[in-house]
Amino acid sequence: MRITELFDKGEFVVTAEVGPPKGVEIDHLIKDAHEYLKTRVHALNVTDNQSSVMRTGSLATCKVLKDEGLLPIFQITCRDRNRIALQSDVLSAALLGIENLLLLTGDYTTLGDHPQAKPVFDLDSVSLTHAVKRLEEGFDLAGNEVDGTPPKFAKGAVVSPCSDSVDVQLAKMEAKVKAGTEYFQTQGVYEPEKFFSFMEKAKQFGVPVQLGVIIPKNVGMCRYMNANVAGVHVPDDMIEELKKDKERTKSGDVGVELCAKIIKECKDHCDGVHIMSLGWENRIPEILDLAGVAPVK
Amino acid sequence: MLITQLKSKETIESLAKGKTFIINCHGCKEVYFAEHEADTLQKELCEAKEVAQIVTTDYICNPDNLALQLKKHKDTIEACDTILVFSCGVGIQTVADMFTDKHVYSCCDTYPLPGFQGVTPLNVDCGQCGECYLNFTGGICPITACSKSLVNGQCGGAKNGMCEVDKDMECGWERIYRKLEKLDKLDTLKYEPKVRNYWNPNEEIEDKQ
Ligand code: SF4
Ligand code: SF4
Repeated sequence: MRITELFDKGEFVVTAEVGPPKGVEIDHLIKDAHEYLKTRVHALNVTDNQSSVMRTGSLATCKVLKDEGLLPIFQITCRDRNRIALQSDVLSAALLGIENLLLLTGDYTTLGDHPQAKPVFDLDSVSLTHAVKRLEEGFDLAGNEVDGTPPKFAKGAVVSPCSDSVDVQLAKMEAKVKAGTEYFQTQGVYEPEKFFSFMEKAKQFGVPVQLGVIIPKNVGMCRYMNANVAGVHVPDDMIEELKKDKERTKSGDVGVELCAKIIKECKDHCDGVHIMSLGWENRIPEILDLAGVAPVK
Repeated sequence: MLITQLKSKETIESLAKGKTFIINCHGCKEVYFAEHEADTLQKELCEAKEVAQIVTTDYICNPDNLALQLKKHKDTIEACDTILVFSCGVGIQTVADMFTDKHVYSCCDTYPLPGFQGVTPLNVDCGQCGECYLNFTGGICPITACSKSLVNGQCGGAKNGMCEVDKDMECGWERIYRKLEKLDKLDTLKYEPKVRNYWNPNEEIEDKQ
């Protein structure tokens, strides 16, 4: 199923992010997905060598999850593959019955664990979206015909509502919509006010937007994100709250509550939520309960 | 060694909006410049468009030299809306840098040829991409000013206006956006998705020789 069908039906679409391991032991990931996510999220994003750290592939992991009865979203970045490999992987996804894509430019190579690698960026999020759209129309990027019935996907992309240059991000969002993006997931939001004013402006594009949240685990993580992660800013009062009750922060409870509060505040302003739990998949049901988001099936 | 090719006549004609000042750069031995074709095309432009003046000079990639060469044309340039530049990518960017309130357009695409690059630029750089994008990006080169050489807009990595790859470097797309904003030309960013062409026809010419 394509998740655009859910948006069309007016569902509040819930997704979570899972990262393939560095290695082929995937039992743990599957177990967590069944235990905590199956009844709480509509679909699972599978990251593509996230943060430029080499891991098992997104496409293969998507196929494993699909065989387990879960709905995967295949994340594809332009960092490691040129246009030939990218288009080929998109067709491979169709062959494996993977119908949901999230198309990204990708972090730079030097941010990860193979800083010596060649950064590719032959395409970017916009031209990759365009390429997928061309495949759906029956042609590759060079204009050659694709045999048989063309594939059909739900084409997603990301946007950064709390970026310090949100106008530049909105211009890019417009370019993505023009190229064929059908839904957006946002970068982690900690400032609902900024999200509201972003959504005011993003409305004009008429494309569903899922609020992105990252569970704030502890003070150190928040400070790190404030210094290093683009488009993410954890306000001081939130950091203070994490500081106050060290025991409850240690157990994760404060972060879980803060995360739920953001979803609760924002959920009437958007079309769904995308949770980046960074290993805390087990806390997702609790967060959704606190935020008043009902189970999906 | 570089080679510059003229953009198509239609493209160049469409760029010559309003009162237009034309700068040719012939100075540098390292750049092959299509002198004759440029001359013919500019003569036609003079008839069809409002060309205030054509200046042919050298080493416009050096900002001090450029300022000196254009000194006596200051008033004419002041009265113009558009500056068309026939030079390599570095030359165009130097002109765009100097006249931030004018529409500075590139009339050439720059390709590399084997050999070394000429005069070392001070502030700007050209990656010789072969399909100059400067006319879409406010005269700031997306190939060299953006770490990922993106041609369809900013990635999600900029923080406080700085690039995710190098925190000491201003994000090239932030600069492009601000420049176009200042020129009231943000609409030029609403182009169809661009896909780069890494196929350099001149390499084949070299191969055959
Ligand atoms: S866009 Fe940049 S790299 Fe390409 S020709 Fe123009 S100045 Fe050179
Ligand atoms: S942060 Fe800006 S300059 Fe750096 S790669 Fe992204 S768009 Fe390019």
